[in-house]
Amino acid sequence: MAELWQEYLLPLIIIVAKILVIVVPLLICVAYLTYVERKVIGAIQLRKGPNVVGPFGLLQPFADGLKLLMKETVVPSSADQVVFVFAPILTFTLGLAAWAVIPFGQGLVLADINVGILYLFAISSLGVYGIIMAGWSSNSRYAFLGALRSAAQMISYEVSIGFIIITVLLCVGSLNLTDIIMAQKSVWFAIPLFPMFVVFFVSALAETNRTPFDLPEAEAELVAGYNVEYSAMTFALFFLGEYANMILMSAMAVVLFFGGWLPPFDVAPFTLIPGPVWFLIKIMIILFIFLWVRATFPRYRYDQLMHLGWKVFLPLSLVWVVLTAGVLIFTGWLPLAGGTL
Amino acid sequence: MPEAGLVVSAAAFYLFSTLVLVSGVMVVTARNPVHSVLFLVLAFFNAAGLFLLLGAEFLAMILVVVYVGAVAVLFLFVVMMLNINFVTMREGFLQYLPMGGLVGLILLVELVFVTGGWTFAPEVTMAGSPSTIVAPLGVMTNTRALGDVLYTQYFYLFQAAGLVLLVAMIGAITLTHRSRPDVRRQKISEQVSRPRKDSIEIRKVPTGRGV
Amino acid sequence: MTLLKRGVRSVLFSELLSGLMLTLVYFFRPKVTLNYPFEKGPLSPRFRGEHALRRYRNGEERCIACKLCEAICPAQAITVEADPNVAGNCRATRYDLDMTKCIYCGFCQEACPVDAIVEGPNFEFTTETRAELMYNKEKLLANGDRWEAEIAANIERDAPYR
Repeated sequence: MAELWQEYLLPLIIIVAKILVIVVPLLICVAYLTYVERKVIGAIQLRKGPNVVGPFGLLQPFADGLKLLMKETVVPSSADQVVFVFAPILTFTLGLAAWAVIPFGQGLVLADINVGILYLFAISSLGVYGIIMAGWSSNSRYAFLGALRSAAQMISYEVSIGFIIITVLLCVGSLNLTDIIMAQKSVWFAIPLFPMFVVFFVSALAETNRTPFDLPEAEAELVAGYNVEYSAMTFALFFLGEYANMILMSAMAVVLFFGGWLPPFDVAPFTLIPGPVWFLIKIMIILFIFLWVRATFPRYRYDQLMHLGWKVFLPLSLVWVVLTAGVLIFTGWLPLAGGTL
Repeated sequence: MPEAGLVVSAAAFYLFSTLVLVSGVMVVTARNPVHSVLFLVLAFFNAAGLFLLLGAEFLAMILVVVYVGAVAVLFLFVVMMLNINFVTMREGFLQYLPMGGLVGLILLVELVFVTGGWTFAPEVTMAGSPSTIVAPLGVMTNTRALGDVLYTQYFYLFQAAGLVLLVAMIGAITLTHRSRPDVRRQKISEQVSRPRKDSIEIRKVPTGRGV
Repeated sequence: MTLLKRGVRSVLFSELLSGLMLTLVYFFRPKVTLNYPFEKGPLSPRFRGEHALRRYRNGEERCIACKLCEAICPAQAITVEADPNVAGNCRATRYDLDMTKCIYCGFCQEACPVDAIVEGPNFEFTTETRAELMYNKEKLLANGDRWEAEIAANIERDAPYR
């Protein structure tokens, strides 16, 4: 009995506790991201944003969540019921699952796997399924068109994100996220690879279906895109999944280009602040840019979006991969982690 | 009592392999083609899980990225857009059964021969274990081990595979690409580079007289 | 030269950045939101809100049941009746106003020869039931009594422009 406890239950409980420690704050962050989004966009449009529920409207996200929880989930009679219900669950789960490999600080990571960045990439490429399944199973034209747009968009931009990741990996020599961050100890990759950061950021906007690339949910033409038919909790799951994805993409940008938990300068006043705080601050800055961009730019037309993805970003990131590799070989800076040839 | 890690990994193995088999069967038997593709995705996913258990994490991730994230999505696109009517498709089932059965049988026999006469390449069997060309996993990560083999020993084959893909890609593009002279295309660079004086002219219009 | 300038500009995203700067400037501007139920914006004296029937200063109803308002109402929201059996009668026995039909055009108050029916400054008269929006004479007169000060002031302020 003691052995059972020692070898099976205790590790299980520890892991579940660790997951909760990540997931619960994450969900609260997601809730507050919606609040901050409304506040920031409101401020840019000279409005105040939510300020009634609780002090400064701070309880607004919970009021919204409670509202969605109390509502009735409507499943269209012609929908494919199993797929219809499964789609939001998938989106939400993927939005959370990716956080397993994100390092919040030195050693503060749930699963420090060797192929961390590939895992993130794989999870984000799976995100398409939730959307396609939702669009198809709703049996609605709007939802289906939204899903097709979204899927095509996500696949297109994933290609250039892949090349950007390869560029960073060339400079690191490891797929482990902790190694990627430690490689930026002297200089953040955002400085030598700045154009790649810009491409990554724009691709992240497209990948998370944010303005100016929010064509999948273009209200003017598609009502709401793939989630037209969703209501109550199923809708809330999509919503949470999308915003969790936004935070995830920001975290990815921070890990790849802004040195994760590392302080900007390795000197006294900066090093006093613990790593996770730096990590959070950087994520928040990137998220603010997400919102700022949303409040600034109008929506792209779909053919322009595809043009940008395939004819501008893809060649650009490809050239940059070759260029980076060339420079690294030429200068002999190519990192060879874990042994020699 | 066996070691905990082993029990857990064995349980994971049986879970993944059962799911692979079940979803494989469902791919064939599901009535709705979209469900078939979704089960195919599940099968891929569990296969990736099996790779993980083998310690081949790089392959597992690539399987998910390439097959699940790209190939299966394209399948799904095609199946959704075509809107296949399966009732009519099943009509000719008996008619094609003999031919299909024959092909299946031949494939089965070939597979038996292949697995029966399975041998490793000489350099692998030389030292009695496959680890001679691939360094043991404890020393280097398996991404690196794969890269070492792929970009040294099998470099030309790797390049050849790349060329085959390139040819296929060019072929697909030439087959589908038509230049249509009647379509007016947007030339973004021209639009962006047009100076203000070419596009607007400000005129003072006297009241009641028009331009 | 222009090519170079344009190239540099598009590589540096100068248009995008100037757009972002503009929104950032607005981000820090003072906000114009009114905290509505606690703060309210100014209303014009001509504001056409909830209707009211006014009285003379001695308490006599102004309405003479001429039915001009009923005639002009484009939404046909007003119903006025007078008792034909009483000679020389100029009192409405019934003055019904369907607030769900009303389009707040203000024709009734323009048509009224005695300034009886007016649209007051009140716009917060939501109800929980539809039936409550079918105003009768008592309700309209009560409105008039309640809002008389504001209505009179508004009429006075608007008088120079009429």
